Amino acid sequence: MVYLIIKELSPSADEVIIVTSSLMKDMNSRTDMYRANAIRVLCRITDGTLLTQIERYLKQAIVDKNPVVASAALVSGIHLLQTNPEIVKRWSNEVQEAVQSRAALVQFHALALLHQIRQNDRLAVSKLVTSLTKGSVRSPLAQCLLIRYTSQVIRESGISQTGDRPFYDYLESCLRHKAEMVIFEAARAITELTSVTTRELTPAITVLQLFLSSSKPVLRFAAVRTLNKVAMTHPMAVTNCNIDMESLISDQNRSIATLAITTLLKTGNESSIDRLMKQITNFMSDIADEFKIVVVEAIRSLCLKFPLKYRSLMNFLSNILREEGGFEYKKAIVDSIVILIRDIPDAKEGGLLHLCEFIEDCEFTYLSTQILHFLGNEGPKTSDPSKYIRYIYNRVILENATVRASAVSTLAKFGALVDSLKPRIFVLLKRCLFDSDDEVRDRATLYLNTLGGDGAVVETDEEVKEFLFGSLGVPLTNLETSLKNYEPSEEPFDIHSVPKEVKTQPLAEKKAPGKKPTGLAAPPVAPTSTVDAYERLLSSIPEFASYGKLFKSSAPVELTEAETEYAVNVVKHIFESHVVFQYNCTNTIPEQLLENVSVIVDASEAEEFSEVASKPLKSLPYDTPGQTFVAFERQEGVPAVGKFSNTLRFIVKEVDPSTGEAEDDGVEDEYQLEDLEVVSADYMLKVGVSNFRNAWESLGDDCEKVDEYGLGPMENLTEAVNAVINLLGMQPCEGTEGVPSNSRSHICLLSGVYIGNVKVLVKLSFGVGGPKEVAMKLAVRSEDISVSDAIHEIVASG
Amino acid sequence: MAGFLLNHDSCPVVKNILLLDSEGKRVAVKYYSGDWPTNSAKLAFEKSIFTKTQKTNARTEAEITMFENNIIVYKFVQDLYFFVTGGDDENELVLATVLQGFFDAVTLLLRNNVDQREALENLDLILLCLDEIVDGGMVLETDGSIIAGKVSSHNLDDGAPLSEQTITQALATAREHLTRSLLR
Repeated sequence: MVYLIIKELSPSADEVIIVTSSLMKDMNSRTDMYRANAIRVLCRITDGTLLTQIERYLKQAIVDKNPVVASAALVSGIHLLQTNPEIVKRWSNEVQEAVQSRAALVQFHALALLHQIRQNDRLAVSKLVTSLTKGSVRSPLAQCLLIRYTSQVIRESGISQTGDRPFYDYLESCLRHKAEMVIFEAARAITELTSVTTRELTPAITVLQLFLSSSKPVLRFAAVRTLNKVAMTHPMAVTNCNIDMESLISDQNRSIATLAITTLLKTGNESSIDRLMKQITNFMSDIADEFKIVVVEAIRSLCLKFPLKYRSLMNFLSNILREEGGFEYKKAIVDSIVILIRDIPDAKEGGLLHLCEFIEDCEFTYLSTQILHFLGNEGPKTSDPSKYIRYIYNRVILENATVRASAVSTLAKFGALVDSLKPRIFVLLKRCLFDSDDEVRDRATLYLNTLGGDGAVVETDEEVKEFLFGSLGVPLTNLETSLKNYEPSEEPFDIHSVPKEVKTQPLAEKKAPGKKPTGLAAPPVAPTSTVDAYERLLSSIPEFASYGKLFKSSAPVELTEAETEYAVNVVKHIFESHVVFQYNCTNTIPEQLLENVSVIVDASEAEEFSEVASKPLKSLPYDTPGQTFVAFERQEGVPAVGKFSNTLRFIVKEVDPSTGEAEDDGVEDEYQLEDLEVVSADYMLKVGVSNFRNAWESLGDDCEKVDEYGLGPMENLTEAVNAVINLLGMQPCEGTEGVPSNSRSHICLLSGVYIGNVKVLVKLSFGVGGPKEVAMKLAVRSEDISVSDAIHEIVASG
Repeated sequence: MAGFLLNHDSCPVVKNILLLDSEGKRVAVKYYSGDWPTNSAKLAFEKSIFTKTQKTNARTEAEITMFENNIIVYKFVQDLYFFVTGGDDENELVLATVLQGFFDAVTLLLRNNVDQREALENLDLILLCLDEIVDGGMVLETDGSIIAGKVSSHNLDDGAPLSEQTITQALATAREHLTRSLLR
């Protein structure tokens, strides 16, 4: 008990000494228990210097006859390894001896320690595993460890089939071990191997199948969880276990039941779906919401896999939609239905009706508005749009203001697209004019006028549709900032002046000092984005004011190593026909004051650019960042690329650190900076689109260019995808930049705006063929065929 | 020391061992990982785990569940609730073995009277028992009878004259430290 107290308190160094001396005595006592505990406590509280003193005893203890003492010393060793690795590493001989010990747990601890000592040395680990797999390890725990190390070795050694054969055989032999722990560990290790073949999987699956019918919940859980993981990569291999798993659906333990169901859904074939659905419906009512969401997601993926079965799946979804449930759960269901409607044309009408019924008594405003919006986009395209009108108008009568407003918008969309319904919509909208809520009345009036078609507001049907369905084309946050900054004046608000760059980081640096806020205007409330700040900064400099609107500012590129005398980074500002480099310099030497700082840019390797202006920095005191600018002209709209070498030129003046005054005369000096490149990605704005498919189709294939490229050997697809995204500098859409591990092919969607305000969409299809050869199909759509060509040129040259 | 973090993937690591009473209050708990930095976080974890598992039947066989990316193996006896928590990709069976070892040891130490009252009366034994099962996350021993043997040998020898002096010394120091830390 005393030991326990000391351990918990872990006293500070001065007290340690007193305790240590008494513990040292205990360490040499005759009673084994005392020795073991003394060692553990001592290692907890000791520090580096004391450790060297007791090292001798510890070494002895490791090879002690008594397993308790040896274990204690080994485990302490494992902990000490984190703080004093050098000392523990010296023990390896003793530890090696302990691995051969007869006591089960000593073996386990010794193995763990030995592996950690050699952790960073792959060859040593591999040797260790090879020698031990020959069969001297008895304890189940140590076996488990060994299995883990083995699979680690296999993973690291790559896919040389000849090399890992003995290791795999070892894993397989472990499947016949008598301890369940070992069997399971081995089965799991096999299933987790990256390049496992179905034939290698089979024995592992078989033992897991045996576990499924075990009486112990823990075993069942472990087995079903592993199978669930396997089902993601090798669904076919798991099919054998389906019968056993179906019996688990009614398992008392809900975790097991849910895992079983989702596994079944992943492995199921078309014929079994109906039966499964029936079973799930029975048990849905008594599981928690979070599990229900898992089930819903599984069903969604299943439905996408077997589009023919959409009917029963859709029915199931609509049934559970009607039952009680929290917001997250309902949202998952609604999202699933929306996705199904989008991807399976046949399911559209049925799905929409289900959604309509759902909003009849939906308590969540957010979901109602989402569904109404979706209904507005999809409903008019169905065969009989008029049947949805009733549901929508019911919303106008029954719901709160937010839902009413969105219902009005939906009605208007129906009116715009379906001519036969127009008169009826008109009547309904007119009724909405008497609504109690401002927003609803506003919307109704607006839509009445636009739909009125008397040419007052918009001329053609085309424009009405554009108005109702077109996206704003600017990120909402930027629009909000701009609207807040907009001051009432003669000039109407221009939506095109809103910056299109997606805001990536909050304002990193403050604007140049010395600008007074103009007296009349209230200072902007919202935090300005980096782009805004740059734009304001640049337009405040008279030389650059005439260059027009800033197209893009790059992220800062470091031109010096960290920790040098002068830290310089550069931001590339792209204008319609100019490029401005903004050099942010920081002087890190307290004894110096820099004056007349300028950057001499040698553009000999960038022939399309000609220097037009530069703006030196008057003085650069210690630790206050300052900016100097250099401007280049290039042909308008041409995405010229090139390499620039830079030299920082300045006058150094010594500063007296005590007084802070600079000497009068300075010395001229230069400082070589790293080269800067203007690449094609600098001419691309990252602009996301909310619905890539719609945007893609609306651009049409007039300016589409498709070509294929071989990317050469790559480690994996993720690397390839990232390389192309960085090369093009475009915004990945709909989360397609993430590649699931082990996948052999991937589709990545990118969007952006090219210089000259040309919208560009790119569809990249990657595939792996042969030994890590990555091939890519690049499809580009844009508003201008020459831009599409330019994108292809970028990829071809990059 | 509770924040002692073992960050190696290769070793089976136990995140915590809990022994709660029938209302979800602590009897004895021990945390080995830094996932729950503050005492209130620990209490919240215990409470949520307890409410989550309370309704299940884990009287005869150990049950298992997933919770916040942890695997929890648990077993109930009378009004005592045993929990062992491990990481997401831990071998469930290792955790189950640890739980079984803990449970067996406690049963032996309490001479088969496994209930809250008996446990509180022998809290020292249970704490020692926790200490003998897992050391800083590493599994130290999983055989219930060996654990119980270790713990009870501790107790018997406490009064032995052989190391009387060192123990008293240590005790004095510990007491001194305790008062000092209280005064601080």
